[in-house]
Amino acid sequence: MNSENSFKRPALLAAVLIVMIALPLIADATGYSALTSLATRILIYGIAAASLNLVLGYGGLVSFGHAAFFGIGGYVVGILYQHYSLEEPLFGFIPGTNQMLITLPVAILISGLAAAAIGALSLRTGGVQFIMITLAFAQMLFFLFVSLKTYGGDDGLIIRRTNELPGLNMRDKQTVYYVCLFITAVFFALLWRIVNSRFGNVLVGLRQSEKRMAAIGLPAYRYRLMAFIISGMGCGLAGALMANFLRFASPDMMHWTKSGELMVMVILGGVGTLFGPLIGAAVFIVLETTLAAWTENWQLALGFILLFVVLYTHGGVQALVSRLMGKR
Amino acid sequence: MTLFLEQLLNGVQFGVMLFLMAAGLTLIFGIMGVINLAHGSIYMIGAYAGTFVATQTGSFWLGIPAALAAAALAGVAIEFLVVRRLYGRDHLDQVLATFGLILIFNQAVTMLFGRQPLFVQMPSVLDGSVELLPGLSYPIYRLAIIVVGLLVAFGLYLLINRTRIGMLVRAGSTNREMVRALGVDVRLLYTLVFGLGALLAGLAGFMAGPILAVQIGMGEQILITTFVVVVIGGVGSIRGAFFASLILGIVDTGLRAYLPGLLRQVMVGPEADALGAGISSMGIYLLMAIVLLIRPKGLFIRNS
Repeated sequence: MNSENSFKRPALLAAVLIVMIALPLIADATGYSALTSLATRILIYGIAAASLNLVLGYGGLVSFGHAAFFGIGGYVVGILYQHYSLEEPLFGFIPGTNQMLITLPVAILISGLAAAAIGALSLRTGGVQFIMITLAFAQMLFFLFVSLKTYGGDDGLIIRRTNELPGLNMRDKQTVYYVCLFITAVFFALLWRIVNSRFGNVLVGLRQSEKRMAAIGLPAYRYRLMAFIISGMGCGLAGALMANFLRFASPDMMHWTKSGELMVMVILGGVGTLFGPLIGAAVFIVLETTLAAWTENWQLALGFILLFVVLYTHGGVQALVSRLMGKR
Repeated sequence: MTLFLEQLLNGVQFGVMLFLMAAGLTLIFGIMGVINLAHGSIYMIGAYAGTFVATQTGSFWLGIPAALAAAALAGVAIEFLVVRRLYGRDHLDQVLATFGLILIFNQAVTMLFGRQPLFVQMPSVLDGSVELLPGLSYPIYRLAIIVVGLLVAFGLYLLINRTRIGMLVRAGSTNREMVRALGVDVRLLYTLVFGLGALLAGLAGFMAGPILAVQIGMGEQILITTFVVVVIGGVGSIRGAFFASLILGIVDTGLRAYLPGLLRQVMVGPEADALGAGISSMGIYLLMAIVLLIRPKGLFIRNS
């Protein structure tokens, strides 16, 4: 597996990490202060795409509804903030909060619960039906939040200030970047452990042959559900971070095109690789930003690039690069 | 009672439109095993081409052949250039490649026609309404859509069940490999089916023009609903698509018509309207989830 090689190259990883840590300084020095915001978005989408990749790449389950969990994470932050600023408890007894140490775990918990419910039902189907039922659940949540006028409905929910972390000035964009970088690093370390554990191997085994796994006596459903829940929690975390970064949560976060974009990131970087989705997120966001600056019709170019990647690269940017460099 | 009948007819009309989309999609799904997200784009192309010709020439009727031709051409081109390479690939690849096509078509249409929605004038013959029952008058145009839809359904029934091509289509959706092994030119059959599906989508798109606005993104709205139809009816089953379209059309229209009113009895006006609209939009997805949980392959496919 590629994933094992990824950590056999610790030198490269360390170099990338150093660049990431130095990035805000580089941004300041060169005058491109927008670079820090761009990098923050890449990190956040990287977490979401890597989470999706756990079910999509390792598990072989094409979920077309992961934006739902991304949106739930965002709304947890938004709703808790609204109740905090209005000083009226949610359902009359849950106080709102603006503390990130509380909002992030709650976002992860709630999206995990949602993933458990949606996954438990969806995993009873397979193939095309699985794609469509995950899409259906995401659409239901999308329309639910559109209709919730209390929380902004169609317009979304403005979060006046980024959540607080004790001892840090979260109004500073660079601090937010470093917080996201830290969380991303911890997240990928955990994901690496999961992917290379027995659990990860069973998941890949199930993708390759469910029958053989059943013959060894492993219950496919339970393993897949677990993967789906972990993946939902990761997307929820990313959504919560995104709501903090944009100071905004809206139904657009769970629109079906967002699910599509997450899938695009995964496939751009390379399906079933540990860091592929992060690279994919970087490629996607840099492409989107530069193309949008260059021409109003950037979606046209993006569409053609997507077609090219799917039809001709067989394995995304990572595979393309290693093939061009003559490696196998 | 008349209100109920009117809503029922609206439901049937929406269902018939869905069927025109779903028939092509379910065939493409069932026979070629391809998930085609670009089916909504073909619907949009039909709507734009037809509306453009209709407004330029001033004749609604000239719009019809234009819409059909443009949609069929676009369909065959998509099949030839992109979808042909996706047979036998992962569902993931198919979803992403056709997602790319959506981006391309949406942007291309924006560049050609701008962001302003287009409107098309109804022909005077179809404008106005007719009294079906005492007290129940109904727009002629919507009735015409229902008639056209039912005629197409009947035509498809004949095509599938009474002709040689239909026989191959049925055989292909049961066992693709066997049809190929028997020496049928599967590629030609695929292009034909894809073109037919595109033709129907284009027809649906053009007919929707006078009722809904012709705009960017119109394809995606109906596309997702169509997928729900296809999955509920059972992938590859035209009969399933027909009944599922009607059921969904009626359920969706009914919820939208009655739910806000019911909610208003227990809630404040505007909030009830918003929540009612939201829940009615969720309705079809809820229905699909329930159907899939009871019959994972859809209503009209026997579980083996």
